[in-house]
Amino acid sequence: MSLLELKSVSKIYGPLKALDNVNLTVENGEWLAIMGPSGSGKSTMMNIIGCMDKPSLGEVILDGVDIAKESGKKLTEIRRDKIGLIFQQFHLVNYLTAVENVMVSQYYHSMPDENEALEALERVGLKDRAKHLPSQLSGGEQQRVCIARALINHPEIVLADEPTGNLDETNENIVIELFRQLHRQGTTLIVVTHDPEVAEVAQRTVVLEHGRLVKEIINENFEA
Amino acid sequence: MKKQTMFLRMITASLLRRRSRMLVALLAIAAAATDFAGAEKTSPYWRVDGEWPSKQGEALIGKEIAQTLALSTGDIVTLTYDLETKAATADEASKNERNQNSGDFVVSGILDTGGNEEKYIFISIEDMEALTGKADIFDMAELSVSASQSELKAYADNITNQSGGVSARLVKRVTQSENTVLSKLQALVLLVTVIVLLLTMICVATTMMAVVTERRKEVGLRKALGASNQSIIVEFMGEGLLLGGIGGLLGSVCGFVFAQAVSMNVFNSSIQFHWLLIPLTVLVSVLVTGLSCLLPVRSATDVDPALVLKGE
Repeated sequence: MSLLELKSVSKIYGPLKALDNVNLTVENGEWLAIMGPSGSGKSTMMNIIGCMDKPSLGEVILDGVDIAKESGKKLTEIRRDKIGLIFQQFHLVNYLTAVENVMVSQYYHSMPDENEALEALERVGLKDRAKHLPSQLSGGEQQRVCIARALINHPEIVLADEPTGNLDETNENIVIELFRQLHRQGTTLIVVTHDPEVAEVAQRTVVLEHGRLVKEIINENFEA
Repeated sequence: MKKQTMFLRMITASLLRRRSRMLVALLAIAAAATDFAGAEKTSPYWRVDGEWPSKQGEALIGKEIAQTLALSTGDIVTLTYDLETKAATADEASKNERNQNSGDFVVSGILDTGGNEEKYIFISIEDMEALTGKADIFDMAELSVSASQSELKAYADNITNQSGGVSARLVKRVTQSENTVLSKLQALVLLVTVIVLLLTMICVATTMMAVVTERRKEVGLRKALGASNQSIIVEFMGEGLLLGGIGGLLGSVCGFVFAQAVSMNVFNSSIQFHWLLIPLTVLVSVLVTGLSCLLPVRSATDVDPALVLKGE
């Protein structure tokens, strides 16, 4: 059974169709890239898959549950238990240290565990920066903290919205390498990007234009 | 000399030469003896221009008499006691062949009370005994007791019942006036407290609304990470209540210091510190903060994580 399935999903804002009859299936452990120009509906799709928005029409089956029909409270639970989010703007709490930012995610999921949070930071190469505030970290380091935070609760699916959009090439490569590690460990990855270099390293790429899925590219040279 | 002229001379001489006696008759000056040390305590509202009499031979002159007789501190006034009529006057010219005692007194101070006391000349009990030749005759004893109206009444009844020939009465005008002033003062303070409390609630609510608005992105992030509305409310309320508790603690200490200063300056008495006030103040402060934070914190749950994270 697929981990995620979008069936005839549309999102309508008045006269505007942000998503128009989208059908998409994501298998467990797959690395999918979603590409498209600005205004193509990438963020809308990300919000719907991330349980932060509901479609106007269609079904979104995540791990056997149609999240389009669930209440806001239930969507919060699903997001907390099954989804890890990585943002372009990092969105770290600026008055908490790196390790505390990771522990925030644990706090809402189950119980904060500093050792576990430190291990997560070690995985992204930031254990020695654990006690630093976000303002004391570089952009690349902040993004790695964001990745550690997304992974700490072992989500079934990791959603990354333009994860390298604010990074230089060196940090972009570090983040892509981290995604490779996650994929090897069996984590399902959905990466929204308009950077072809980031999309090329994914297993499969779908292209959105004006809210419609117009192209699907399978990466023949994919290296796990 | 015409008859009319002689009439005028007689009238003028009468007025000029008998001036003091006439004034005494018109003003009905009374001399009273008192224990000055006691009077200072029982009548703290008496204002004395000069000094209180500190030894025999000194007198305290009522302001009204001092103005009429043009007396000031340091002047000498003669009091005469007529043994036949048993009346004291301030007439230096009244000494005659009648049987009289008299004494000179230095004006040590002018008494300003705004009441009947300004029509009296006060001398010490010893001086009055020497002047009248009579001792241990008292008309009145004044006591100053700080107590409630009912307690004062009980004391008065007790004295009247247990002491033969003594009638104790409350100076109702003063006590009732004090009670009225105090009750009005209490009502005013209560009103001010309520208004300040309301203003505080508005300030706290406004501040918390500003905090929530400022932290909308953070709220959105927390919700995106899986925070429930209840978690958001608990977190913000926790911050607010903690600040309220600290504020209550500081307020109770600062409030006591301020109240002590006011009490010392206005009432000239210190106040006791009640330890129960600290938990009570903290509790009230926490309750007020909690009530004020309810609406702003409730608005935090309306934050849509998707919109906030997009930067809208």
